[in-house]
Amino acid sequence: MTTNKRGLAQQLWDFFCSLRLSIFLLIGLALTSIIGTIIPQGPQREYLATLSEMKIRLYSSLGFFDMYHSWWFILLLYLLTLNLICCSIKRLPRVWKIVSEPVLVMDETFQKSLGQVKELKLRGSKADLKDRVAALLKAEFAEAVVTERDGSYHLFAQKSPYSRLGVYVVHLSIIIIFIGALIGSFFGYKAYVNIPEGGSISQVDSRTGKQIDLGFQVACEKFSVSFYDTGAPKEFRSVLTVLENGQPVKGYQSIPIVVNDPLTYKGITFYQSSYGPTDEGALYHISVRDRNTGATTKLEGRQGERLALPGGAFLSVMEATQDVRPFLKDFDGPGAQVEFTPAGGKSQPFVILSQKWDNFNAQHGGDLVISFDGMDQKFFTGLQVAKDPGVLVVWLGCALMVIGICMAFFMSHKRIWARVSDDGVTVGGSASKNPAGFEIGFDELVQKLNKV
Amino acid sequence: MSSSNLFNVTMIAYMVSTCIFFAFLASRTKAVGLAGTYAALFGFVVQTAAIGLRWKESYDQGHGHAPLSNLYESVVFFAWTIVLIFLVIDFKYKYRAIGFFVIPFALFGMAWAQLSLDAGIQPLVPALQSNWLVYHVITCFLGYAAFAVACGISIMYLIREKMEQTGGNVSAGGTLAMFPSIRILDDLNYKAIMIGFPLLTLGIVTGAIWANYAWGTYWSWDPKETWSLIVWFIYAAFLHARITRGWVGRRAAILSIIGFAATIFCYLGVNLLLSGLHSYGG
Repeated sequence: MTTNKRGLAQQLWDFFCSLRLSIFLLIGLALTSIIGTIIPQGPQREYLATLSEMKIRLYSSLGFFDMYHSWWFILLLYLLTLNLICCSIKRLPRVWKIVSEPVLVMDETFQKSLGQVKELKLRGSKADLKDRVAALLKAEFAEAVVTERDGSYHLFAQKSPYSRLGVYVVHLSIIIIFIGALIGSFFGYKAYVNIPEGGSISQVDSRTGKQIDLGFQVACEKFSVSFYDTGAPKEFRSVLTVLENGQPVKGYQSIPIVVNDPLTYKGITFYQSSYGPTDEGALYHISVRDRNTGATTKLEGRQGERLALPGGAFLSVMEATQDVRPFLKDFDGPGAQVEFTPAGGKSQPFVILSQKWDNFNAQHGGDLVISFDGMDQKFFTGLQVAKDPGVLVVWLGCALMVIGICMAFFMSHKRIWARVSDDGVTVGGSASKNPAGFEIGFDELVQKLNKV
Repeated sequence: MSSSNLFNVTMIAYMVSTCIFFAFLASRTKAVGLAGTYAALFGFVVQTAAIGLRWKESYDQGHGHAPLSNLYESVVFFAWTIVLIFLVIDFKYKYRAIGFFVIPFALFGMAWAQLSLDAGIQPLVPALQSNWLVYHVITCFLGYAAFAVACGISIMYLIREKMEQTGGNVSAGGTLAMFPSIRILDDLNYKAIMIGFPLLTLGIVTGAIWANYAWGTYWSWDPKETWSLIVWFIYAAFLHARITRGWVGRRAAILSIIGFAATIFCYLGVNLLLSGLHSYGG
């Protein structure tokens, strides 16, 4: 019974320590990850409409609509973590021993375990040969440790032994990144909030649909958007102020934020994300000039409002824009689509532009020349709100990963042994990685040794 | 001289280089191989000047940003990085035959960019206005380029292995005479991937830092992010298979080609076929 149990535990241990499992999991993760890039993630009504009932049921039972958080994908990630922990536990002590207690003497049995062994065609006294080989090793490779045993000299030289730990640094970094991600998912949140210009908020809506109290207020003083000549957006800018108990916080007043330049207060970061017009609607400014007297009247109104003009006519603004270029390519500046009702007449729709284009405006309006002076549109700014106390841990993991990969790749633990005995000189060598590359270097070294 | 003219010169230089490398394989004359490398080097120098000039042109137009912001610029930069990695490996190991299998990638990129992509210099949209753009794009593309070189070397490996198996003409001195030996090709494949993998890792990390800075989340499983991770998984599997189990040779070459196919999908397929945050074409 005990042996059986032990056998099972041993088998499980071997299973989780195996590199075949690592390769299987890496390729498995690569293949399954493709699914979520093809099937749109999250609620996508339009996409769902293209699927049959069967497919929807199948996909949702497999978690394909939120694949990267499905139980089986998370399980694969946990298995990979477990696998790399087991691999590290199994191999690290052995590797540590190689690093800290190198084998100084290459005997017959050890020699057989080495990838590279060559007999040198050197003649001379043992002590002299030893010195010459040691000098060449020092010049071409690394300083050798000399051990005398059974009448032979044993030389050992090595390069960058610590590179062997690089792999474990990378494994550790992956675990640290996962820990950072878990900290973020347990103690952080992602949320969203809209703040109208001149307004303030103290709560945000999390992605999971909860209302979260910030513990302070954020006011949006102004939002502005600017465009390039091509019509592409140039900058989205919100000016924010943080308030505690209604009082502005020093150092957090009138802070402009743009995309790629967020504001962080008490570990909560606000990112410029979107914008839109407030429900209140724009205030339109209109000038009316009497053709006969030259007298000008200024009017203001909101969309659809009937404005009384001098002489008994009425005007309503239906739609307006700050920039007419996209609609009327020969003109620029603000413009409005209006409905003009002369005294006792029928209403006529037409477009008015700024005073710069008064010739255009003069085509309509009878005795009046009506021009559009622009509009005050209040916006709301849409902010992404994130609190992620795990993010520094993730960065630590990323830094370790890059360092570990460089240790593991650009450094190889190369070892050379030489035995100077009565039978001649035997050289053996091994490298922790890239045996093919090491063989080339080893062959060159042996050629040089043959010439000492 | 505008940058566009210089890019045309670059494209022609890569075409000439490819032809010379072909002549090298056919003639088996060392000097011809060296000429191929010089043609590639000439193209590279002209392209470097052209990229610098395009950068200046963007300042002259009042936009002022590194030429790494749209599909045209990224394809041109990709070609540049491929030739850079090739020249590094060529300078170090001097196996000229590799040129015939790598320079065509750069030539194809330049031809595609010059002949059918929109070369206009556009201003940067708000999402791209960040220094991280430069770090992220440079690391990613250097990584991609190393994988391109590894793919070219793997193709050579498969050809040479096939020819040798079918009673090859290696010793007789056919076209293959100029190919490095199978052992060296396998080693170069591994070396190129060892250059690419850390760069891809840095590219993913800089992308995550940037995403966190711009959107408040360092990882959102956007298709581009996911595909970069898929590429990372494939090469991680390659390295594990190789380092620990001596998975050398044919299977390593095939995995390297699959890895580059996934890289190209990550770079182009995601933008052209899937939707997501990376809609700038870079």
